[in-house]
Amino acid sequence: MQKSVLKNHAKEGAIWGFIVLELIFFGIAGEYMSMTETAFLAPDNMILLLKQSAPLGIIALGMTIVMINGNIDLSVGATFALCAIVMLDSMTWPILAPLGNWAIPFAWGLALMTGMLMGLINGLIVWKTGVDAFIVTLGAMLGFRGLVFMYNGEQPTFHLNWTMVDIAESAPLGIPLPILVFAVCIAVVWWIMNRTVHGRNAYAIGDNREAAVNAGIKVGPHMVWNYVLIGFLAALSSITFYSESGSVNPNDGMLYELWIITAVVLGGTKLTGGRGSIIATVGGILAIQLMRKGLGFIGADTAMVNLVIGSILIAVLYLDRQLNRKGEEELKI
Amino acid sequence: MADTTLKSVGGFLARQGILVAFAVFMIGFALANERFVDIDNILGVIRSSAILGVMALGVTFVVISGNLDLSVGSMMSFSTIVVLDLHDKIGPELAIPAMFGMTLALGALIGFLVGYLRLNSLIVTLGMLSAIHGLTLTYSGGKNMDIDDKQGTWFGFFGQDEVLGMPVPILIFVLLAAVLTMLLAKTPFGRKVYAVGGNGVAATFSGIPRARTVFFCYIISSFCVATAGLIQASRSLGSQNTVGQGLELEVLAAVILGGASLLGGSGTVIKTVIGVLILGFIQNGLLLIGLEFYFQYVVTWAIIILAVWLDIAVKRGHLWSPIA
Repeated sequence: MQKSVLKNHAKEGAIWGFIVLELIFFGIAGEYMSMTETAFLAPDNMILLLKQSAPLGIIALGMTIVMINGNIDLSVGATFALCAIVMLDSMTWPILAPLGNWAIPFAWGLALMTGMLMGLINGLIVWKTGVDAFIVTLGAMLGFRGLVFMYNGEQPTFHLNWTMVDIAESAPLGIPLPILVFAVCIAVVWWIMNRTVHGRNAYAIGDNREAAVNAGIKVGPHMVWNYVLIGFLAALSSITFYSESGSVNPNDGMLYELWIITAVVLGGTKLTGGRGSIIATVGGILAIQLMRKGLGFIGADTAMVNLVIGSILIAVLYLDRQLNRKGEEELKI
Repeated sequence: MADTTLKSVGGFLARQGILVAFAVFMIGFALANERFVDIDNILGVIRSSAILGVMALGVTFVVISGNLDLSVGSMMSFSTIVVLDLHDKIGPELAIPAMFGMTLALGALIGFLVGYLRLNSLIVTLGMLSAIHGLTLTYSGGKNMDIDDKQGTWFGFFGQDEVLGMPVPILIFVLLAAVLTMLLAKTPFGRKVYAVGGNGVAATFSGIPRARTVFFCYIISSFCVATAGLIQASRSLGSQNTVGQGLELEVLAAVILGGASLLGGSGTVIKTVIGVLILGFIQNGLLLIGLEFYFQYVVTWAIIILAVWLDIAVKRGHLWSPIA
């Protein structure tokens, strides 16, 4: 028991070790290969990196919960875009437009409700029909994206409200707002997963659904709540991002789900459910973002970033398997 | 007696639910717009589904073996870019085999990782999606690839020409579907694919080489991807780096619609062809009755879930899931 706890800590630590390695590598390589004068590790650059991690990171928290629960959600990218459209467009509706700046909280509320509604739809279908979550959310990915395109065709949807931009760009205590939102989300989601009955049940369901049913856990409602939560987080991510930019393309958020799943898996969450940690997912997001930004900093292009991240993902999977070789999972042939 | 007849009729409808739904859709569209059943329209739909269809044939093998392949979209971009680039450098006669060789090498790599190293196929192919996209961008330098002399090459044959009145992409699709049906339904290899996907442990204990079988499923998948890339390149004689982006999920949707279970062990090539045709004809039919292009995505969403739900409901005998 003691040993396995230790091992779990070591595994959770691995992602942070990797991040330190990245920081050292890009810190040194940046000195020699960078085009700019500033150092990679300069505080401004690091804060920008955190800020850019926030949109994907917030959704990744939700993905971690859903995956711990033994499900998956491939539709978050489309939900992300849909919420942005609802938020920006609703401010021009006849009901909200006369409110001026007071339209902002309503627009945000509508976006959050849209996200939760999308999550609720996915969750209810997964629960009630018993269709595999992968298929349900794969379908939803197409369906939600269809809704996005039906809203405004291939035109971007935009609405500029300077008050909203000011709020989104504000930096209380010198920390940009998206980072604060991300931090609050981390804290709340961590609390849910580690200190509440719902969190404990989510782990139990992912670990062994049948045992959870036998133990009297209401499996269905827990799954639905987790989908509502990831929908909420996708909407929140959309709000933090689009309040600042004020314009959304119908293609926005495409392939987000793949980046997010990559980050969650790098953080050590099991695809089969039952195991995973919120904090390690944050590590996974930071590792990916560092890699993207670091490689860009030393002059590599998108091509190299894609190549490296893809290879790392497979390498991590291989290493994880090798390290767990004597673990219980290898009993299965 | 009457009761059992009713039951078996119901059972048949449910088992062939996707075919019944397809027929209902077709009849509905045909009544709504007579252009829908026009032979030119039908050939046009099949022709434009051919690229997706050819890829879906290969993915069917992978899915039956109990794995996933999310890398086919970016692999198809890779094949297209490579064959277009090599066309001008070493001529089409050499470019085509060279492209097939490179694509098969990628398939072999995935097959090795999933088959022999037994890594999770979802994550491996997710990683390969990203890595191959990077490879394509590196290869092309991020530029669009075009054939210089578009008039003076016979390379357009695979995508543009007709043989005996049939467009070549359709012929390739049909031929490949026939060969792969034979392979899956009539050969020992095909039975091994089902065995490995149905129950990997039992298959291993029965002496079926699980690793090798999975490996060859990915080889077949990459061969189909290379063929799709060839059709795509030949049709347009020029391409962007992202031509196959997003196709992996549409392909998977077609395979699932055809009734293959993501758990492995079930599905057939013919059913996948039907899945591909359903997607193609519904898209076409919705356009012809005047609905917005993007509405098809919403319809596809509903159809995928309903199809799989129906399948599951019949197997468990209850409409709703028993989960509390």
